[in-house]
Formats: sequence, C-alpha cells, structure tokens
Amino acid sequence: MSEVVSALAGARASGMVELADAGATGMITLRGDHALLGAAVQAVLGLAMPEVRRVVAGEGAQVLWMSPDELLVITGYDVAPGLAADLQSALGDAFATVAVVSDARALIRLSGAQARDVLAKLCPVDFADFPVGALRRTRAAQVAAAVWRTSDSDWSLICFRSVAGYVWEALVTVAQPGGEVALYR
Amino acid sequence: MLLLTCPCCGVTAEETEFANGGEAHLKRFGPGSDDADYEAYMFARKNPRGVHFERWRHIYGCGKWFLMARCTMTLEVFGTYRAQTSEPPAEIVAKIKARRPEWEGF
Amino acid sequence: MSHRLGTGGRLIDRTRPMEFTFNGKAMRGYGGDTLASAMLGAGQVLAGRSFKYHRPRGVVASGAEEPNALVGLGEGQRFEPNQRTTTTELFSGLKATSQNHWPSLEFDVGAVNSKLWRFFPAGFYYKTFIAPRPFWKHVYEPIIRRSAGLGKAPAAESRDADRYEQIYAFCDVLVIGGGIAGLAAAKAAADKGQRVVLVEQTVAFGGRAVVDGAVIDGQSAEAWVAAQLAALHGMDNVTVLSRTMASGVYDHGYVLAYQRVADHEPGADKPRHRLWRVRAGHVVTATGAIERPLSFAGNDLPGVMLAAAVRDYVVNWAVSPGKRVAVVTNNDDAYRTALALHAAGVAVAAVIDARAEATGELPAKARAAGIRVLEDTAIRHVEGGKAVTGVALCRFDSDGGAVFETLACDAVAMSGGWSPVVHLWSHCGGKLTWDESGAFFRPDPARPPLGQDGQGFVTAVGTANGVLDTAGVLADAGSSAVVEVEAEAPMKPVWMMPAQADYLLRAKMWLDPQNDVKVSDVQLAAKEGYASVEHTKRYTTLGMATDQGKLSNINGLAILSDALGQPIPQTGTTTFRPPYTPISLGVIAGEARGGIFQPLRKTAMHDWHEAKGAHWEPVGHWRRPYCYPQGNESHKDAVAREINQVRGSVGLLDASTLGKLLVKGPDAGRFVDMLYTNLMSTLPVGKCRYGLMCNENGFLSDDGVVARLSEDSFLCHTTSGGADRILAWMEDWLQCEWWDWKVHVINLTEQFAQIAVVGPNARKVLEKLGGMDVSREALPFMEWREGALGGVQARVFRISFSGELSYEIAVPASQGQAFWEQLLAAGAEFGVAPYGTEALHVLRAEKGFIMIGDETDGTVIPQDLGLSWAISKKKADFLGKRGMERTAMVSADRWKLVGLETLDGSVLPDGALAPLPGKTPNGQQATQGRVTSTYHSPTLGKGIAMGLVHRGPERMGEVIAFQSASGGEVSARIVDPCFYDKAGEKQDV
Repeated sequence: MSEVVSALAGARASGMVELADAGATGMITLRGDHALLGAAVQAVLGLAMPEVRRVVAGEGAQVLWMSPDELLVITGYDVAPGLAADLQSALGDAFATVAVVSDARALIRLSGAQARDVLAKLCPVDFADFPVGALRRTRAAQVAAAVWRTSDSDWSLICFRSVAGYVWEALVTVAQPGGEVALYR
Repeated sequence: MLLLTCPCCGVTAEETEFANGGEAHLKRFGPGSDDADYEAYMFARKNPRGVHFERWRHIYGCGKWFLMARCTMTLEVFGTYRAQTSEPPAEIVAKIKARRPEWEGF
Repeated sequence: MSHRLGTGGRLIDRTRPMEFTFNGKAMRGYGGDTLASAMLGAGQVLAGRSFKYHRPRGVVASGAEEPNALVGLGEGQRFEPNQRTTTTELFSGLKATSQNHWPSLEFDVGAVNSKLWRFFPAGFYYKTFIAPRPFWKHVYEPIIRRSAGLGKAPAAESRDADRYEQIYAFCDVLVIGGGIAGLAAAKAAADKGQRVVLVEQTVAFGGRAVVDGAVIDGQSAEAWVAAQLAALHGMDNVTVLSRTMASGVYDHGYVLAYQRVADHEPGADKPRHRLWRVRAGHVVTATGAIERPLSFAGNDLPGVMLAAAVRDYVVNWAVSPGKRVAVVTNNDDAYRTALALHAAGVAVAAVIDARAEATGELPAKARAAGIRVLEDTAIRHVEGGKAVTGVALCRFDSDGGAVFETLACDAVAMSGGWSPVVHLWSHCGGKLTWDESGAFFRPDPARPPLGQDGQGFVTAVGTANGVLDTAGVLADAGSSAVVEVEAEAPMKPVWMMPAQADYLLRAKMWLDPQNDVKVSDVQLAAKEGYASVEHTKRYTTLGMATDQGKLSNINGLAILSDALGQPIPQTGTTTFRPPYTPISLGVIAGEARGGIFQPLRKTAMHDWHEAKGAHWEPVGHWRRPYCYPQGNESHKDAVAREINQVRGSVGLLDASTLGKLLVKGPDAGRFVDMLYTNLMSTLPVGKCRYGLMCNENGFLSDDGVVARLSEDSFLCHTTSGGADRILAWMEDWLQCEWWDWKVHVINLTEQFAQIAVVGPNARKVLEKLGGMDVSREALPFMEWREGALGGVQARVFRISFSGELSYEIAVPASQGQAFWEQLLAAGAEFGVAPYGTEALHVLRAEKGFIMIGDETDGTVIPQDLGLSWAISKKKADFLGKRGMERTAMVSADRWKLVGLETLDGSVLPDGALAPLPGKTPNGQQATQGRVTSTYHSPTLGKGIAMGLVHRGPERMGEVIAFQSASGGEVSARIVDPCFYDKAGEKQDV
C-alpha cells in the first residue's frame, strides 16, 4: 500500500479546547433497512444497533446512526475493506449497500471542558441535552458535519474530506483564547 | 427564520439546515400527457395566502425529504410528515381544520 | 456650560482617570464614563453638525436613542464612523472626531444652508433636481452624494484589525432588558426551572429605577438590583449578558443579540463583537421607554436635552449639562430631574409646565425645595447660537405672540412624556394599540407576534408594556415586590409649544434633529397630499436618520395626524424593522473572513498544485489549477505548452472534482434509464457510456460517463459543479416519486482522487507502474477495470475528453498525492507534465465536445447540441422526455450547435452575438446566434469556436458576422464543431 495521508495530515491545535486530526480512519457506509443492517452489524462487529441519533461504541468500531436507512461504521483504516466485505456477506442478497468511504471524510477530535461552547459557535445545535453517545448531523459554519459526544469532555466531528481544512481553520479560529463564553457550564 | 422538525430523524432545527423544494403533492405528467396537464405539473403553483403544503429536505441532517403544512400568513406550522404519501395525513388535516375552520380543504 | 460635579456619580470611578481626545483636543474622563458623559464633563457640548443644514448639534439623550452625538472613533484599521457617544464606553487613549462639517466643527461653511432654510423645504431634492433631465446623473447626483452622509467610510485599503464571532444559543425564555422589570421576569422564569437568557444593552443593570431612587421591598433599588443579579448569576439555568443588545426578533422565536465584548478594551485578545443567534421558546421584552422631546422653537440647540438624560448624567456620571438649567415638561416625571439637579447643587432656573396646574407630589417636592414652578407656560423659543443662553416664555395656550419673561439659563431639560420601546415587539408582527392616557403606542396583548405553534411568543413587560409608574412595573413583570415611589399626576399630551405657534416658530421646531425635519416640514407634506405615514416619512426623511426615529416618531405622527385632522391611531406608525440599533458588519460576517470566508474545497493533490505555482480557477467551491506557469511564462503560453504536451506525449489532470455517485440496487437499471436520456440499463458490466441528464423541461442539466460496476450497480460521473445537485436530484426522485424502487445512491465523490493520464504515451506510463494490463486488448476504449496499479488499488476508466489515448484512474483519496507523484516519476522520460482546466477546455473544444455551462445555459436541449444520438427512442419515459416534445422544442427554427472559424484566424469574443438587421418583437436587436466556447487552438494554430446558430447545421460553409469586443464585426464560417481527429482514431488505440 502506498503512503496513506489523511486530509489534515495529523494536525493539532490548542485553544479553548484541544483539537486533533484523528488521522487515517476506516469508515463504512451501510444503507438499507435498519433491521437488516442491525443483524449484520451484530453478526460482524458484535455491536448492537444504535438508537435514533446515537452511537454505539465497541472495541475497534463505532456504529453511527446517520439516517433512517443509513449507518456509518468507524473503525481502523486498514481493517475497513475486510470488515466491509464481511458485512456484505452477512447481508447476502438482501437489498442493502455497503461502501468503503474511509477516504471521503475527515475525523476531528475536540476535548476540553469548553468543547460545547466552541461547537456552539459553528453549529446551530442545542448542546444542553446532549449525553455521551448522542449524535447530531448538522452544519459546521457553512458545510455539513456530524458531531457526537464520546465522553464528558470529548467530542468527535466528521466532515467531508475536501472541506476538512476549512472546518479545521474555523474550529481553530473560534477556539482562540479570549473567546470564552461560559454558555455551557 | 423558521424552525422545522424533521419527521424522519426527529431533529428540530433551524431553517438553515433544510432546503425548500416548493409545493408538495404535485402529480407528475410525463410522456403522453396533454399540454394542460403538463403545464399544470411544471408551472402552475397554488401560492396560497394561508394553508400551504410544501416540500423540504433535511440537507444538513439525515438527507431525507419530508412535507410540511404551514400557514404562509402567520408561519404557523401544522405539522410535518413523510414524503411517501400523495396527500396529507388525516391528523394533519384535522389539525388544520381545527386551527383554520375557513380552510377549504386539501 | 456643561461640567463635572465635585461629588457623586454612581457609575464613575474617580480613581481611574482616563485621557482621551476629541478632534485632537486632550480631555479627561473617568472609568465608567460614556464618551458622552466624559465630553460633557470636559465642557464639550458641541458634538457634531446636522445632516441637511449643518446646524450645531449637542448630545440630547443618554442612551441608544441619541440622534446627534455621532462621532468617528479610532483610527486606521480600527476607525469606525457614526458611533454614538452615549453608548460608547470610555477607555484610555480613545480618539474621537466629529463629523459632517467643513472646515471645522466650530465654523462650518455648510451651515449657510441653515440661513437658507426657506429654500430647503420638505421634499427639496425631489422638487429641485428634476430638470433638465440629463443634469441628474452628471451634475445633481454627484453634488448630492458629496454633501450626503454623516461619517466617512474607513479608508479603502484598511482592513478591520479585530475578530468577530457568532454563537447559537437556546433557551426557554429570553428576557430583553436588564431594568427592574427584566430582572424580575428573568428571576421568575428561572425560579420555575426554565432556561433563561437575560440580555442588557448597557454595562449596568437596573434601568431607570436606580437613577430615580425608587425603594423596593424596603431597600434601595440599587441594592435590590444587585441582589437580583447576584441570584441570577448563581443559577445554572441562567445566562446573563451585559453589553448585549437584542437587535431583532424574528420568526419562530429567533432573536439576534449583539454583544460588544471588547469595544471598551480595543486591542484585547478577544473577539470585538459576538452575535448571539438565540432560539427562544418565549421572548420577554422589558425594553423600557424612551422620553419624547418637546417641539418648541430652537429645541435643537446644543444644551437642550431630554430631562431624564440630564438626570442620568447628574446621577450616574456626576455631570451637569449647565450651571443653570431650565426644565420644561408636560408631566410630573421631569420634576425628578429638577430635584436631582437641585440635590447636586446645580441651579434650576424654573420648571416650565405646560399643564394648567402642577399639583402632584413631585411638583410639591420641587416647590418645597425652593424650585420655581411655572404653570400653563411654554418655551416660545430658545435664545442662543451654538449654545443656550436663555428661554423666552409665553402662555402655553397661545400663538407665542406675547413673551412674558425671558429666563437666563445655559441648558434646557425637556420632557414630552414617554413612549414604550415597542420595536422588538413589532419586528415579527406584534401589533400596537394607542394609549390615550399616556399618549403613546403600546403592545396590544391580543395581537402578539405568532410562533411556530400559532401562539404568541413575545410578552412585553413593565415600561415597555406601557406601565410607566415604577410601582406597577414590577407587578407587571410578575414580581410581588413592594415599590415605594412618588405618585404621578396625569401628563398632558403636548405636540407643539406653544399650542398655537405661528409658522415662523413652527419652522424652528425640530422633530428629527439629525435629518433636520421640522414641524413645518411635516405640515407642508400633509398639505401637499401626503396622507400615509410611510410616504410622509420618506418625503420628509422624518425618522430616517441613524436613530430611526426613536425620538421623533410619535411627535411626527402627532403633527401629521393633527394636520390631517384625524386621531393618531388612525395615522398609525411606520414599520419597525431590525436592527434596533446598528450592528457591526464584522459581526454579521462572524468568523467568515480571510481564508474561511467561504469553504474552499481541496482535492488530495491541492497542496502539490499550490507548491508548483498553479494559477487557480474557482469551480464551485473547488479550486482547480487553470494552468501551471513555469518561470516567467504567461498563462497563455503555459496553456499552449500543456496542450502540446498532451497531444504530443502525455499530461496529467487532477480530475478528482468530478462527481462520483454510486447507484445500486435491484432497480438501479430502471432508475438510471429514467435519469439519463440514453438507454443505460443495457450497458454491460465493465463498460462505460457517456450520458446526458435533463430536467423535466427537457433542458440539459448535467453530463458524464456512467460505468456499470455490476449487475445491480452503476457509477455515475457528474460534472465538477454538479455532484451535490445531481445527488439531490436523484434522492428527490427516489424519495418523493418512486419510493418503492429499490435503489441506493451513495456519494463517493470525495472517496477517490481521480487522475487523467492523457496523450499518446499514456499507456507507456501506466505500463511502467505495472500491476494491471492496460493494453488495448485488455482494457479497450470505453471500458474500465479494477486492480493494482503501482501498488495502489485503482479503478481505471478508458475514457477521453481530449480525443487522445486517455485513462482516468481513481484511487483512494488518502493515497492520491502519492499516486500522482508515482505517475510523474514514471512519466518523466516522456516529459510528463500536469495540465490545467484551460488546457482541458481547449482540448475538448478542439474535439467539439460540449461543456455544461458553456454550451448549455438552462434553455438548451440535447438535440440543439447534435446529441440526438444520446437520446433513446426506445424508452417510454425518462426525465425530460415530455418537455422535449413541446412545439418549441421540436421546431426546426432552434439555434443549434456548430463550429465557427474566423476568416482571419482570430479568436472570437466569448459570448459574442451574431446580429441580424431589424428588431425583435420586444424592440431589441435581432440576432441569429452566439458564441458559446472560443479559444486559440495551438494544435491548429488558429482561433476555434463553437456556437449556437439559427438552423446552424443546415448552413455549413456560410459566413456570418459576430460582434467584436470593440463594437465592430468579425466574420466567421459555420463549420463542423469537431476540429481535430473527427474519426476518433487517436483515442481508440
């Protein structure tokens, strides 16, 4: 395999929060009836089907509820093609689609007590009732993104690869020290 | 700026997360249709002052299309419902009738 | 003369003196001052000049309603015009300059306009600058433009040095206004467990009650306010924001609030302003009221101020506007000003009361303090030039003919009653009702702004709701606190002083001091037939100044109503529109400036292109290399070199921006047959086919190559700009029309980096990489294969947009740049070089290939472009089929695609029209065609073009004339659009 470079090439930044590019990450889009997908996810990944707008995290994989007929599996870059093939076999001839999309997006991690304040500057989302494991597809400034909470102070954000630099710069800009707002306490 | 609730993923979000797709419940007229039907399908829009059914897509969310009944005068929202239907559901119609007794119906 | 008092000032900190300058003159104020209070404290009453007459203007108010005291603030990258001194917090080193004067504030040439007032009536511009008509553009407009405007714009080359941001916030209740009503409403909601945001536009909470010295629950208003604030700050469900002005209330509980984070500490490492985009379940407007001026002659002189503002300056900042102040009023509240002045040791010349008798508790207190009270009295006129020297008094109910006394004074505090601030209530459709007793409009609770559920979502409380007495304010806001405050006797509506003032007096009564609109102007407008308040506003410019009529609105309405002989509610108000006070342009942009002004989409090879000095072309939000100039090479030369490289050997194109949509499912074939005009379902697995997509009008909307990946899946390539649009188009049909069809569409555009390897040596380059058989036999033209290429998993398409041997190779985007570099290394011996979009365009134009957006413009059907071969005749239906059957679409008289060759070899101007003699039915120049693509072809050594020409294909060989850029004509011959290798031998080798 040739050199694998994520869109943000491992960028890091500090401000009101710590920002980090997660690097090359495996991603698999699953489309189809959720009952069908749930069975395949259970069989291949050993994970339960996420509730609406939730994330189920296990060892080596997270399963994101993306839409009523779509899941996104997040896993290791190298294992994604193999897992995708396994998922495809588990689904058999059923009407479902599996696609490896590891290179189509960037995954950015935010951590720190002010993560919600930073996100609130870009996303029109109420982060008050947003427990660990909740996910929201939304807008980050001018582009599509999905954010989910992985711990009390850790968040993940995905956006399309081509705009990763834009989203990164926007996050770095609004997370500059001096921009503290104490909206979420 | 409107607040919309997507019936497909349950998110209530501001208008900037959605895209409007014009009037709902249009019937497509394709090859073989007469000029009047085709014209009505392509160009004739109700544009009512009052109760209106319209198409929206949750573009920054789950990506699904849905339909919404709304008053174009007051911006009151009577409800949103799935796009896979050729007419508004009974409960939406009932709600509109309760709120707008003068409404002539769908 | 205005001055600082020796003691007092609840907001200032005398231990923090601050130096600042006004028009270069050094002055001193204190921490806690506004620029207005600091200037008055330093004796600077004159603050600017008015808009029309250049009359001297001093500060009138103490807050957001100030119409006069506007200055330029800061310098260089931090210069900002038209800043109200009353809402500008003082800081050390502040630099302010006055506006709208020449050559100086004290002596202004334009003030001659003031002497010529008889020649500047209402509608002066409309009446004067009419004839001769050609004068308008070249004489009148430039003169008017030069003399118009208040502050000057920042220098063109300066860039705002500050940063700005926005934030989205959500709450159950948003309370606007931090006076006692707002505090009480916020506390009440917070106590119920609701999520509350409280915004206050100034730095200090408490509103009027703390200045007026009310007693609440046995403690001073000051102490009560502090306790409420402390409680609110201590609650997790409350966000309290000072220096935050709610600028507008919009649909469904959306409110914009403008936080001035760091205006008072310029250069701090903070965002200067922050825009709060609040979505509130309910909005409470506790926005208070604004005092109205009184209309008497000379009421615009510097030193004439609102009575409550005078009180604010005395109590908050220990500043008096004069040594001897006359108070003029139609109500009891202004007596508080007289008492405050008196208590501060400032002489009160008299309280001049328009009412027949003043017998309330407050007048009694004034009299007890030894203050002279004059009943049934009016100011006939103010004496003085740039400053007040006295007031001439007459009986209120008179024409002003008989002055009975002239009082010496150097300032006048006036009060014409109060108007609730109903702006935010009204922004989103809240209606008003006329309050007879207070002579003001207040919110009509029966007709509130309606929210998403059809219920009212705004409640006005306190003074903003028309409850003017402090005791009632708290009860109105839901508080049971007991308020002790003097009772007030009824006010008397006074719209003109004296009541029967003659014309000469009325022509000196200012309604709008910034725009110089007087009582006589509104009366003239009414006489000339302006019955609508909206028309009168625009005709006279009443209320159109930067304060948007906060002071002048009701007074002007009253004068208009009187002139029209109708009650005020029948005249109605003008429309209240956001923002309440201006907000900065910077905060509207927020973080969106510089590199993140808008999303910039980058391919995996973007940084490589950048490093190689690519000249960029925007394509949607993408940047694509237009060409790669080497050394001092011009763009034109670079493009020619790149084309020759491709035709002569091999070139590389970053084609990653092309849309790549996976269409998969049992009904995928049926679906692509509906989307494309071609019959796509018959495409064998492993093969590619060029396809066209039309909208339901039959107009060409997108094109691209479709590859059949498997029995149930197709990979649809779209144009670079079309990927998102076509994806949405597909989803629309699948979700809303054919929802029972089993098809999934997945956007793979960003998953792959796609590289076109193009030219006679293309195959040799790929063979050097090795791993996949790319021979003609193994991978014929218009087929695709999957496999490893140079160690990278790749999908290779043999398709050509140039007419040359060409491979388009898709690899995972994360490996795109590495693969690109592998190709460059492998191609080195063939002199491989990247080529840009301009070379791509010329190459395709030489082949006569169309480009969406060049040959199409939303009115072109495939048949116009000679693409009938790509339209299936077998299919019963596809999107656009019905539209193409319309009479106009099947007419032989359509403009159709042809090639164009100039007789002299020159390049036709892009978009040039071919004129015909005569006019169209619309009276426009008749035409018979236009140029859609035009380039210099280095391959052919001459200009080539494509165009749409009336019945073009039937007119091969004919020479027609096109308009040249210089206005002349260029002759071009109609030829076949394919200029290069018409047989297509080079691409199929």
